[in-house]
Amino acid sequence: MEHITLLLGIVIVTALVFDFTNGFHDTANAMATTISTGALKPKTAVAMSAVLNLVGAFLSVEVAKTISGGIINEDGLKTEVIFAALVGAILWNLLTWLLGLPSSSSHALFGGLIGAAVMSMGWSSVNGGTVVTKVLLPAVAAPLVAGVAATLATRLTYRISSRTDEKSTAKGFRAGQIASAGLVSLAHGTNDAQKTMGIITLALITGGVLNPGANPPMWVIVSAGLAIALGTYLGGWRIIRTMGKGLTELAPKQGFAAQTSAATAILASSHIGFSLSTTQVCSGAVMGAGLGRKGGVVRWSTATRMFVAWGLTLPAAGLVGAGAELLTKQGTWGVATTAALLVGGSAVIWALSRRQPVDHTNVTAEEIGTPAVPSEPAGVVTTAIAAVSPPPAGPSVALAEDLAPFPADAPASHSPASAAAVADPARPATV
Amino acid sequence: MKIDWAALGSVFGVSLLVTVALVGLFTLGVVGLSKQEQAREARATGGGTAALPAQAGAYACFALCAAAVAYGIYLIVA
Repeated sequence: MEHITLLLGIVIVTALVFDFTNGFHDTANAMATTISTGALKPKTAVAMSAVLNLVGAFLSVEVAKTISGGIINEDGLKTEVIFAALVGAILWNLLTWLLGLPSSSSHALFGGLIGAAVMSMGWSSVNGGTVVTKVLLPAVAAPLVAGVAATLATRLTYRISSRTDEKSTAKGFRAGQIASAGLVSLAHGTNDAQKTMGIITLALITGGVLNPGANPPMWVIVSAGLAIALGTYLGGWRIIRTMGKGLTELAPKQGFAAQTSAATAILASSHIGFSLSTTQVCSGAVMGAGLGRKGGVVRWSTATRMFVAWGLTLPAAGLVGAGAELLTKQGTWGVATTAALLVGGSAVIWALSRRQPVDHTNVTAEEIGTPAVPSEPAGVVTTAIAAVSPPPAGPSVALAEDLAPFPADAPASHSPASAAAVADPARPATV
Repeated sequence: MKIDWAALGSVFGVSLLVTVALVGLFTLGVVGLSKQEQAREARATGGGTAALPAQAGAYACFALCAAAVAYGIYLIVA
């Protein structure tokens, strides 16, 4: 451990923060419909999901050997590029959380990596074909696969149980839904915590702390599992609200059909080898279940906002990643500034979210204003979306505005990470 | 650029079939159990229909669903 340099330390902390936002962002996938149909109380649901995520992190020993799965050329990938990519991914995750939009954390990471790699090594470092097959095509396929399955399953279950009354069966469907949601949580812990372990391990290898091909040390596995579980437990209530109530209203039968189709599609895709994003599968399943019931309605305005966010994930995270890489290239002070900007940006987003908090007490309430997104941020949402709409220039501008005030008073921000990063610029980073 | 349509197609097919089969089975189980409850109430009031087949069928459905969940966990671990 004595060989861990300052930069490497920052990358590890940032990777764990990304892991945290990942858990935080993706609680909704497993638990949104479970909460909205009343199968589990909000706090119980996130606690169960957190435990299963933690268990999942220890279940599989096969840690991701690459970060991007071939999207970028990872030979000679520098530690600072990984750092810049993480910054892009974290900021995009937080922004979409503020807007209450479910979007893929993996795609955000890919976007950040692409941006940082292009800035560092040029366009040739990106495999365009792999971007299409691993990101764009799955983004279209995932909601279709899960959505069609959920629609048909919902129709079937309504047909079979048409002669029994709703009350006597609701309990059974809720129990079934909890089982499906548990599978989704477990699969998420296995996949996504492995991803963070992969990043940290790769950074340790790049930094010369571990030998190439080494397995992750125990502390990496434990800390990655804990970070994702903690994020899951704190719960991205805004996104849970959107998925559980904003897209459509679900009865226990529909919730069961949606969650089962999501679990099946996730396991089938990871087993057969055409990986689909968990978030997109789950959103598709929820919409499909909404359409499957007679008279069921999907709120397409919310769905459209979500689709726009999916489309923007790659370019937006990429732009932030590229900007961060431009800064980190300047040397130690650049890395410190980037870390300070990350902390500052996160603080601004958190402060904005406090204006209209959504938490476990009001996550399924009828009234916080407009269906998907709490009422007051509706203004924020529309302006932010307006600013974000013209890709790809928008998001970076919006973020830049958020971040603008911070460089000046960066040393004053008291978060431990930035304090360490900023207070220490004189110490030579040996990478 | 090579798109693996076969893999995409089988993900689609498998997801569709397994989801519909599982949801169908589970619904049959739930409906079977609720029928059994109705039958018990009917018996209490002097009706008395045979509830045993419905109950056995329901538990068979649940057993198949539990097997599917176990296979899912196996897929995650393996």
